[in-house]
Amino acid sequence: MSLKAFHIVFVIFSTLLALGVGGWCIWVNLVEGAPVYLAGAVASFGSALALVIYGVWFYRKMKRLRIIT
Amino acid sequence: MEIPYTISTRPDTGLWNAKIGIWLFLASEVMLFGGLFSAYIFLRLDAQPGEWPHGLLNVPVGTMNTAILIMSSVTVVLAWAALKMRRYRAYWWYMLATIMCGIIFLVVKLYYEWPQKFEHYGIFIKPGALEKYERYLGNNRRTEKGMEPRIEISGHLHNPEALKDPNVKEYEIGLDPVFVDPNNPANDRPHFLYAPPTDHIAKIEKEDVERIDSFGPWHSAYFASYFTITGLHGAHVLAGVLVFIYMWLPVSKKLYQRNPEHLANRVEVCGLFWHFVDLVWIFVFPLFYLL
Repeated sequence: MSLKAFHIVFVIFSTLLALGVGGWCIWVNLVEGAPVYLAGAVASFGSALALVIYGVWFYRKMKRLRIIT
Repeated sequence: MEIPYTISTRPDTGLWNAKIGIWLFLASEVMLFGGLFSAYIFLRLDAQPGEWPHGLLNVPVGTMNTAILIMSSVTVVLAWAALKMRRYRAYWWYMLATIMCGIIFLVVKLYYEWPQKFEHYGIFIKPGALEKYERYLGNNRRTEKGMEPRIEISGHLHNPEALKDPNVKEYEIGLDPVFVDPNNPANDRPHFLYAPPTDHIAKIEKEDVERIDSFGPWHSAYFASYFTITGLHGAHVLAGVLVFIYMWLPVSKKLYQRNPEHLANRVEVCGLFWHFVDLVWIFVFPLFYLL
């Protein structure tokens, strides 16, 4: 597996983590009553979205630059 | 003598040698970390209900460190891509960013997160003396509710000299919030957010203490797992940073001028290692900080 492929796998896992952290923040707010963690949830879901956008951008760029297989 | 297949691929494997080497190495690393993660899971499953600690790690700091590592994986792959496009200057900057991310991660771990644990103490009270510290433990109410009694009072030790000086007869400890208000029903369940010790100081006589331990690996199975896994991971980060520094120094430019593809291949195998290290952290973070 090339670094490019491993990087895409890594971005997928990072996105899943960001989604998980977002869910955890919502759960903590419900259980602990800490509304500040709602901001954490927004940031986490935002990060997940940013990672998806980055992943797509990276894949397309690597495909376009055919020097990288 | 020139080492063969550092740039061109071997006809039988279709890969250059270092790439096979790094994947064999990473396979052994999977077994190493896999064994440790399995140990953690079994220790946790075997713990008595309510015994496994929660909320002892600082989630925002852990999240920041996670973001730093993810960022470093992005910069290392961009460094490699820059080399492939023969843009050495861009490679140099991306590699510097990767090194900085690794260093920040280690500094936060070694100078903030770990020392905090070593300054935090748990005092285990002898069974016969538990009643004496009822106002901190709240065991009467817990027993009525059918819950396990508390046997440990934790917080920041204000007189560490008491650990060694036999003439000091009591420990002075700045209590963790749960021991300030032990009868609050909200404290019946574990908390998942880190709360620093309070200014409320409790005096605990040495003769009532079964043992006193800082929150180091010797404290409990939880901290033994935490320090083993994060320590081993930190050692990997340090190794990666050292290799990246070597790749960033002028010696890499000489190799680049001689054969840029050779340097790109070296960066690729190091990048694979770095991605693996970061992927391990992607599992460490939720296991220890969130769940």
